[in-house]
Amino acid sequence: MKSINQNVHQDALPDFRNLGVILRVVLIVLALSGILALAQAGNLTALLPRFLEVSAPVQPVLVLSILALSALSGWLRSLEYWTGILVVVLIELLVVSVVYRVGDQFFGGDPYGQLERYWLFILIATALILYYFHLRNRALSPALTEARLQALQARIRPHFLFNSINAVLSLIRAEPKRAETALEDMADLFRVLMADNRNLSTLAREVELTRQYLNLEELRLGPRLKVEWHTENMPGEALIPPLVLQPLVENAVYHGIEPRLEPGFISINVYKARDEVHLVLRNPYRQDGDHHAGNKMALGNIRERLALHFDAEASLKSSMTDDAYQVHIVLPYRKEAR
Amino acid sequence: MNRRGALRIAVADDEAPARSRIRDLLEDCAASFALEIVGEAANGYALIELLQHTPADVALLDIRMPEMDGIEAAQHMQKLDAAPAVIFTTAYDVYALKAFELHAIDYLVKPIRLRRLHDALSRVRSITPLSLDVLQQLIPEPRKHLSVQERGRVLLVPMDKVLFMRAELKYVTIRTAEREYLLEESLTRLEQEFRDKFVRIHRSYLVARDHIESFERGVEGGAESGWMVKLRGLADRFPVSRRQQHVIKEFGRIGSASGWQSH
Repeated sequence: MKSINQNVHQDALPDFRNLGVILRVVLIVLALSGILALAQAGNLTALLPRFLEVSAPVQPVLVLSILALSALSGWLRSLEYWTGILVVVLIELLVVSVVYRVGDQFFGGDPYGQLERYWLFILIATALILYYFHLRNRALSPALTEARLQALQARIRPHFLFNSINAVLSLIRAEPKRAETALEDMADLFRVLMADNRNLSTLAREVELTRQYLNLEELRLGPRLKVEWHTENMPGEALIPPLVLQPLVENAVYHGIEPRLEPGFISINVYKARDEVHLVLRNPYRQDGDHHAGNKMALGNIRERLALHFDAEASLKSSMTDDAYQVHIVLPYRKEAR
Repeated sequence: MNRRGALRIAVADDEAPARSRIRDLLEDCAASFALEIVGEAANGYALIELLQHTPADVALLDIRMPEMDGIEAAQHMQKLDAAPAVIFTTAYDVYALKAFELHAIDYLVKPIRLRRLHDALSRVRSITPLSLDVLQQLIPEPRKHLSVQERGRVLLVPMDKVLFMRAELKYVTIRTAEREYLLEESLTRLEQEFRDKFVRIHRSYLVARDHIESFERGVEGGAESGWMVKLRGLADRFPVSRRQQHVIKEFGRIGSASGWQSH
């Protein structure tokens, strides 16, 4: 079932909790209203009042739909695709009916014609929007496969691999126990690196992986590497694309610690604030430090993967002061469904 | 204490486990090979200091090290009275390795195999000395230090301490806040290498961009352009030639921008 050659492609409803999805729905509905107004307006001066008139019943429907769909999103996505579509359509018809009834009561009369006409409208609009997301999903799904490749590209530097093997070799004679632990850490690290990394991992797993990676670096760099972890407020169950934190920490070691004679501190702060997960990484940095091309590439890669999984809701910012470099990642707080 | 004929080896690597690994391997080699480890260093700078008083026949030099990398260290080492033969060691460095192959420079990849190390050491007496030109081609990045020979010693002057360089007849004078040094290199070469940090203001002057305090109209008016440069920490003024006058404008822009950044 999980063959490598299988072109895994699944139709799925969009995640209506996602800001990017909501924004797209709003824009499509506004565009449809605009077209409708344009068709009805006799001339351009009448366009704006016409548009407002058209919008009057549309807005409450839109707001209610988004509220209902985002509340039910988790459940909707757990359904079979076509069942999900059917449910969405039913929800929309229901919403329209409710708005129609309420509007009827408050404003009396019926300036726009009967309920069946609205049903037809909402059916067309819903179909258009769902079809749009279906196409978008199609267009992005190769990109999701790509995400796995990208994760591989964000892989550990060969420089680190060979130096670590060398460090382990140096331990074998004098401290065989430490050599064993180091090899085990290495095995875990490469298990993740070679896994199918298309799916989301959890924050707890990513942090554990990063710790194992840092154990190996500490073996190599000894007292030159100091690490401060702040994970007291970390939501371990939060979802995160795999290999987001580890490559950043690897960059921090490579650009921040290795070029220094004196010991340097890397601080990693992971916490949850409201519905967002924050990852803040700081490392010392020297202006005359060498080439940043590699670093830029890694950041671009991580940014892309965050966008693939979380769209506009995730962000990655890097900033630089005179002697420190900081990367700040914000993710929406998501847990595994079920 | 020096066993007669034993090969004297110095090791430079910034990672303690890597040094200890090389030590283990050298001990294994010692069974069939007369050798002696004369010292270990954690970066290029420390290695040069070590070699000043402890001569060695071979230096096993890691490439990527803080403060002074192996390739720069190899350049400065050529100025020592008895420069050791150099064998580079590296875990992974595609570009360097290609260049080493091209110029027949000796290297070992980490993890180092005992047999390879043994072979390299037995060949060492026939290693041709490294050429400075080739070494400079290996790293496009400018050196972090200049090395000056003085009374049988090699002094390392950090580049960011250098205020200006002045061409003399056969050599170049470099000036730090403390004193002057004589350097046997050409100003043109230095200008090319340190383009980012130094600017030519006159046929015979390169001044450090970061240390320029101001440009002044020369009172004496002797300088062709009428402009003089004042450097931070020095009382002297330096003439800007007419040909290099454009520097003043350039600096007006860059200077204000960098001033804004650093304060």
